[in-house]
Amino acid sequence: MERFSNLLDDLYFTNSSRAKESILADYLRSAPDPDRGWALAAIGGTLTFDLFKRNLARTLMTERMDPELFALSYDYVGELSETIALAWPVSDNPKRLNRLPSLSEIINEFNSRGKLGIRDYLIELLDAMTPPQRWALLKLGTRGLRIGMSARSVKRTLANMKNVELDVIEELWHGVSPPYQELFEWIDDRAPMPDISKRLTYSPVMLAHPIDVEKDFSRIAPHSHQAEWKWDGIRVQIAANASDVKIFSRKGDDISHSFPDLVEAVDFDAVIDGELLISRDGEIGSFNDLQQRLNKKKPTKALVQKLPAHVIAYDILREGNTNLRPLPLSQRREALKTFIDPRDPGRFSLSRVLPFETHADLSALRQKAADTGGLMEGLMIKNLSSDYVSGRPKHAWYKWKCDPHLLDAVLMYAQRGHGKRSSYYSDYTFGLWAGDGQLLPIGKAYFGFTDEELKQLDTWIRNHKQQRFGPVQEVEKELVFEVAFDSAQTSSRHKSGYALRFPRISRIRWDKPAAEANQLEDLAQLVDRKRN
Amino acid sequence: MTDVSPESWMQVRPEGLYCKPADAFVDPHRPVGRAIVTHGHADHARSGHETVFATAETVAIMRTRYTDDAVTGAQPMTYGERKDLGNGVTLWLAPAGHILGSAQAVIEFGGRRIVISGDYKRHFDPTCAPFELVPCDVFVTEATFALPVFSHPPIEHEMAKLMRSMASLPDRTHLVGVYALGKCQRVMAALREAGYPHPFFLHGALVRLTQLYEGLGYDFGSWQEVSKIDRSDRDQFRGRVVLCPPSALADRWSRSLPDPLPIMASGWMQIRARARQRRAEMALIVSDHADWADLLETARETGAGDVWITHGRVEALEHALKQQGIRAKALDLVGREEEPE
Ligand SMILES: [Zn+2]
Repeated sequence: MERFSNLLDDLYFTNSSRAKESILADYLRSAPDPDRGWALAAIGGTLTFDLFKRNLARTLMTERMDPELFALSYDYVGELSETIALAWPVSDNPKRLNRLPSLSEIINEFNSRGKLGIRDYLIELLDAMTPPQRWALLKLGTRGLRIGMSARSVKRTLANMKNVELDVIEELWHGVSPPYQELFEWIDDRAPMPDISKRLTYSPVMLAHPIDVEKDFSRIAPHSHQAEWKWDGIRVQIAANASDVKIFSRKGDDISHSFPDLVEAVDFDAVIDGELLISRDGEIGSFNDLQQRLNKKKPTKALVQKLPAHVIAYDILREGNTNLRPLPLSQRREALKTFIDPRDPGRFSLSRVLPFETHADLSALRQKAADTGGLMEGLMIKNLSSDYVSGRPKHAWYKWKCDPHLLDAVLMYAQRGHGKRSSYYSDYTFGLWAGDGQLLPIGKAYFGFTDEELKQLDTWIRNHKQQRFGPVQEVEKELVFEVAFDSAQTSSRHKSGYALRFPRISRIRWDKPAAEANQLEDLAQLVDRKRN
Repeated sequence: MTDVSPESWMQVRPEGLYCKPADAFVDPHRPVGRAIVTHGHADHARSGHETVFATAETVAIMRTRYTDDAVTGAQPMTYGERKDLGNGVTLWLAPAGHILGSAQAVIEFGGRRIVISGDYKRHFDPTCAPFELVPCDVFVTEATFALPVFSHPPIEHEMAKLMRSMASLPDRTHLVGVYALGKCQRVMAALREAGYPHPFFLHGALVRLTQLYEGLGYDFGSWQEVSKIDRSDRDQFRGRVVLCPPSALADRWSRSLPDPLPIMASGWMQIRARARQRRAEMALIVSDHADWADLLETARETGAGDVWITHGRVEALEHALKQQGIRAKALDLVGREEEPE
């Protein structure tokens, strides 16, 4: 563990990517198996399990430290793992270890223990470690390592070690898994290259550029482009062959375990690109519905039945042994149509192509999406001749999002920001007037303003303080924000009964009297409109 | 004596902390008639006051930083020397252990004593007089590092790290960013104690204050100014220490050095992101302020029933002191920025 922690420190404090790569290569050449494989997974972001829950570390800390002091420390440091690493108070009678366990010993030990055992082991290790080692452990354990090294740079390190082109590693990468023993045997020239032809792998998806109406509209025409709805779900890639099915998130995480109902419905040998949503009896559910199914290791049967998963397919990358990526979208679309047609319509549907003749038609469609109250985010407009490539090629796919909704809300509470912003009040909670003349909070935002405005707001808050609740500063209810948000939904978790999606400050209304801010009723109408 | 409650004679004014019966401000941030200046750092020692009460060293620092006539009405004092400020107010200065000449202002009036610590530290520092504990009724403290995450390691530990790095990377110029007043000289002294035998190389901005220290009897061994060394001779910097102000770590000046390794020495370096902001590739935790444990311990040791907090992580210190039954409050002084440290 000492070596891993030193490695992370060296990488963290090194500026140039070339130097980082050479530090990593030195480590990978000299560290033993399987430690180096786990280290590679931690740095490359390919670990598939947490050693402990992020919340466990936080809980242990709050048991050991005054909650307000902890909150202030966290606010200041801006990062949970580092706060704990620095402020951890060693137990009164710490268990003495002869030596720190190795990286793989730590991983095995955590994986073999139950809930209570994990707790004890984490305390034991934190007691025995220096702050940088604690930081390494907490980052490793909750898969939060960011040491300024991209996945590409990690792969380039491996390519240089083996003296092969980066493409070779790129292709292998999603077919091998931690602790990468077979990969290192090949790099060390002790074994042939791993055969991954039968393994299901993720290929990075194709992304869209936000449309620039002024410049891009002239490129778009009905004969060369197709329009589709942009749904507010999550982008998935379903990869399947005769023996296995995998559902990957947009970042390539394997999220199959969260959607057993969908996995069961897959009976094909293909790779499909689409939007995952909830659908009951043909009716698409909101993002709120979907959220209840995300990040569940093992969803209950009841939940799966109540909120069934559905995929709106918009592209096909492979069918059987045929790679369809080099074909133009128009041909892939034909293949997709034929492919989806015989599937269970409850689980799979085809993304509709929306007819349009003029740009006015497109504007009208976008308005229609806006009127769904957040179910749809806007339009996708795709060039029919575009082949399927990873990344964000120019002028191939456009997204045209709906205009945000605007409401005038009153600032109620402020909190200090994290890291660089920790000396300013930069997190704001705002509310709307309820019928009884009370303000009810509807959301929080911490961006949408310039540095100059941040300073002005900070000064205003310092001069209008009321009570303080831990790190939360209540202010006089006098300042109005124009708040922009993509959609609003009812929510039982918020006192006001509503939750906003992507709220941000669009303007500070220094001029506007607080009494003239919007009513909660205005938000209710917005939400109702979509229901009707 | 009628009302001698501390708040009645020591008040917060827009200019700074104000001792009413003596008509004098402590570390005022704009020009005033009578100023008590705790130490020479810029946000405590502004120019333009009519009369300045400070240690002789602080006056000398102010004259070096500003112009000679920026401090016309100086009243240099030695530690422990009592000065009658009139109206029954007595002032004396006690060492604060922060930087050369730094003092706690001890103000007595109506049988009460208020100690204004200025910035202070309790760790060992051969470049200034060590902190002296003064029992008092009201202790006015800083709170620069007042969070439980701050625990400053001994400076020897950090210098050993630097010495190890020079041994393992003998081809790289070890470029250490330090503030010109206090930090620079403390790092040089600590490196000498760690056995560093070579001359130091100094950025021009560090020269005048270092010479001031030398004039007052401090010895840092031999050093040379970087700009006086010919470009063709600069290979001698490899594996050696070059000191510069933090702003020079990443600017064009540093590109004239052979393969520089940017290093930052400051109390903030305990926080990773802070170190990265400076693009430092090595972080030395060297602080001239008290850490969390020392702030709490010192406030307790003074026996003060009231602790007033001037600047820094005010809320945390206030909260922790209140939990210990000490009446603590934040002073909300204007114009006190985060000290470059
Ligand atoms: Zn200072």
